[in-house]
Amino acid sequence: MVTIEVLGPGCANCKRLEENAREAVAMAGVEAEVVKIIDYREIAARGVMNTPGLVIDGKVVSVGRVPSAGDIAVWLHGG
Amino acid sequence: MTTLVVRRIQPPFWLVVAAGVAAWLVAWVLLAPAVDWLVSDVLGLDTTSGFGAAFAFFLFDLPKVLLLLVGVVTLVGFLRSFVSPERVRRTLAGRNVVVGAAAAAAFGIITPFCSCSAVPLFIGFVEAGVPLGVTFAFLVSAPMVNEVALVLLWGLFGPGIAVAYLVAGLLVAIGAGLVVGRLHLERFVEPYVYEVHAGAAVEIRLTMEQRVRDAWDSTRQIVRRVAPWVVIGIALGSLIHGYMPTDLVEQVGGRSNPLAVPLVVMLGVPLYANAAGTIPIVEALLGKGLPLGTVLAFMMAVTALSVPELLILRRVMRRELIATFVVIVASGIVVVGYLFNLVST
Repeated sequence: MVTIEVLGPGCANCKRLEENAREAVAMAGVEAEVVKIIDYREIAARGVMNTPGLVIDGKVVSVGRVPSAGDIAVWLHGG
Repeated sequence: MTTLVVRRIQPPFWLVVAAGVAAWLVAWVLLAPAVDWLVSDVLGLDTTSGFGAAFAFFLFDLPKVLLLLVGVVTLVGFLRSFVSPERVRRTLAGRNVVVGAAAAAAFGIITPFCSCSAVPLFIGFVEAGVPLGVTFAFLVSAPMVNEVALVLLWGLFGPGIAVAYLVAGLLVAIGAGLVVGRLHLERFVEPYVYEVHAGAAVEIRLTMEQRVRDAWDSTRQIVRRVAPWVVIGIALGSLIHGYMPTDLVEQVGGRSNPLAVPLVVMLGVPLYANAAGTIPIVEALLGKGLPLGTVLAFMMAVTALSVPELLILRRVMRRELIATFVVIVASGIVVVGYLFNLVST
């Protein structure tokens, strides 16, 4: 079970990132849950200043951009 | 073997980029003759007459501004990917306030600023020991002065007004930063900001391809959002040439009213639009013969201060600090507005 966290208060880019993350889960065929982190303290605690951020199993893989579903799928496979 | 497989799967990326750049250049060079041909040979418009002239103006300006927007926003987006907030923060931390405020305001130009990033940025900056005044200079400059606004002003009104807006915006941001720094308002920052144990700043290296793709992606988003305003702005500009200034606008905002600048700032603060949204109004006001400083003050007031952004900042600042912020920025805009009216006479 992989945990994917989407960090961001809910602006347009955060929503796009969340959609891409869900699509990536389907593409990669892994079991994963997508969690939204909207609390600023939580976001800052992960070292992210530029939203949206993406965290996979506790590791920040992307900040301040919206990676494609394909990119995220590769990361889900540990790439 | 592996490289071979990878090559076959991925499109020849640099070829795509080169083709894109070439297409842009060709479009740029061919634009004027193409529109000329369309207007005179195909449509047979008489460009000396009122309607023909206005329509030709519209047909030429719209693709020109859109092309410029696509080119510059993509280029800036690409360059921006090298300037992460982490890097900005490192550069600004522990800097002298004057140098820091100037650098922060300059960084604000190229920093994308979705107001939802304001809070994490604020926490990150304060946490790293960036002085409050320097942080404010950045917060003021980022939404107000950006490449989209500058390109639109340049494309529609010429370089003079674009440069004037750039200078005016930087002056307001630096001034506001210096004043906030001098007032020592740290006690009005919500205490939790100082207690957040921010994780080590994460910086992720991107490949060239990712940088270009991100830039293109954001350009598409921006152009889609901005295009309606550009169309309205240019349409308005085409029409305005035919009309005389109305008395009302002239009376309220013209040179005869010494309070015009604070008046338009008070009007502009509650209004909220991104820089592109103000372009049609700016077009109209300039067309009505309002002085430059007054128009710039209006545009800055609309873009720099907005209720949604203040609500977001309320999460990290006490009311007193928000109020001070609004007063300082609004006063700064008024002062710079008067200054430009003086200089441009």
